[in-house]
Amino acid sequence: MEFQSILSAATGGHGAVNPYAAIAYLVSGILFILALRGLSSPATAQSGNRFGMAGMTIAVVTTLVTHLPGATDSFGPDSYVWRFDSTAFIEILAAIGIGAVIGIAMARRIAMTAMPQLVAAFHSLVGLAAVAVAAAAYLNPQAFGIADAAGQIHVVSRVEMGLGIAIGAITFSGSVIAFLKLNGNMSGSPIMLPGRHIINLGTLAAIVALTAYFTQDQSPWVFWTITGLSFAIGFLLIIPIGGADMPVVVSMLNSYSGWAAAAMGFTLGNTAMIITGALVGSSGAILSYIMCRAMNRSFISVIAGGFGADAEAGSGGGAKEQRPWKPGSADDAAFLMSQAENVIIVPGYGMAVAQAQHALREMADQLKKEGVNVKYAIHPVAGRMPGHMNVLLAEANVPYDEVFELEDINGEFAQCDVAFVIGANDVTNPAAKTDKTSPIYGMPILDVANAKTVLFVKRSMGGVGYAGVDNDVFYMDQTMMLLGDAKKMADDIVKALSGSGH
Amino acid sequence: MDFIAIFSIFVLACFVGYFVVWSVTPALHTPLMSVTNAISSVIIVGALIASAAAGSATSKWLGLAAVVMASINIFGGFAVTSRMLAMYKKKER
Repeated sequence: MEFQSILSAATGGHGAVNPYAAIAYLVSGILFILALRGLSSPATAQSGNRFGMAGMTIAVVTTLVTHLPGATDSFGPDSYVWRFDSTAFIEILAAIGIGAVIGIAMARRIAMTAMPQLVAAFHSLVGLAAVAVAAAAYLNPQAFGIADAAGQIHVVSRVEMGLGIAIGAITFSGSVIAFLKLNGNMSGSPIMLPGRHIINLGTLAAIVALTAYFTQDQSPWVFWTITGLSFAIGFLLIIPIGGADMPVVVSMLNSYSGWAAAAMGFTLGNTAMIITGALVGSSGAILSYIMCRAMNRSFISVIAGGFGADAEAGSGGGAKEQRPWKPGSADDAAFLMSQAENVIIVPGYGMAVAQAQHALREMADQLKKEGVNVKYAIHPVAGRMPGHMNVLLAEANVPYDEVFELEDINGEFAQCDVAFVIGANDVTNPAAKTDKTSPIYGMPILDVANAKTVLFVKRSMGGVGYAGVDNDVFYMDQTMMLLGDAKKMADDIVKALSGSGH
Repeated sequence: MDFIAIFSIFVLACFVGYFVVWSVTPALHTPLMSVTNAISSVIIVGALIASAAAGSATSKWLGLAAVVMASINIFGGFAVTSRMLAMYKKKER
């Protein structure tokens, strides 16, 4: 039967899978699930990470043992001798060693503020590795057990391979652009090509059509054209996306790197790769969803790009700038907070840019000494990637049980005496709730306006947030603006607190 | 294994992923990204097969290049995750 032959074609060389190897890959897949499960609490996270390392070790060792490099020599009709190729084996170990040295050096030296760039760089490597593996499988299909004796690659494998190389290439080139934008090598403002939607859709359609054609004709030009077009679409898709949307982009590319691994897992019939790919793919997709929801942006509008460009045009009518506001000094802030019972600190990325997290933690320590109850409120987009602000605070030795997510703490602003906003702006803007014309309308915000007193640390009154909108909180009666560099302001408050105290 | 069996594993793993990832605390979303990064480099399995295979020199070198890239990710990803997780501390009482 035709269907039967397609099914048996799909099994490829996997019909004769070594059962021990198959079980080992399954175990490593389960260890990867446990690795993510461990992240449900900071207390179990380290052991989860070790499960992940164990799973990876099992996968690598199993592959090395079942695919020892070597060649079979034939001496006459019935005598075959298998020769271990020690040079090839040493080359493989050397390759792993080179990767280990580079990887560990990068992991040790990277600043926590630069985590988004590092993650983008790592994504690009997964993507490129997927492309290299797919290309290697295309050039040497027998080694992967996906071709018949005549060198014809199985039809199902061709589809999987086409998908793998396309997703891998998009992940690579998209991550390179995301890296350059996050690292500041490339302007964060969106670059808009004329007719880009038509170019993008055309390129995507061409990739799909060529993948379909690839099942009929496995000539090199089809394969390499798919590869080239996929690299191009990765660049084209990310270039028009502005810096403010990068948290979504990084999560999305995280998802793609998973799907690329899953596609290669299908090609190789490897359960470890399929389970991992599905885990990583869903993880990235969920994180993208969370980030989109936190910014009240639809996924489609992020992908369509151009956020930031319209907002700049909108800020032209800034006639509201002239409203009165109340300035304050570090001494005033220190006095107000030391008299308070509850203080909620709202850190934003500006705080991290000013490297004020250590000074901020010192300030909180001083306040706690005076008997003040201090908590931190984190908006999901406070950093440059999901959970980034939590890492930055953890680095400054802020205990994680003092740090709360938006939905857990938002009700407490009404009872708190002082909301101390440092380096954040849009995420506190009540216009997101009241002003339907505002570009940030609908975005969930931290209700600092409900606090008895708001202390707002800001560089100057001129600048506005990413979205380019004015914030009514600046002009409220209970708001005191603390103008200046975030780190210097926090340092001055610490000095004032320690001076006034004892 | 036939395609349907593999596909079933994939679909079930997507569901497992969905529920496991929603149970991750938002405070650990950055370590989540770096650890998923490390484990998605399980693609090294394909790279090792390519580098160990005889038959095509280009394929072998592509495989070795992929081994280097995936290893950077594996070692770098796990190392940076454990570095971050070591920073998360509870209040001293």
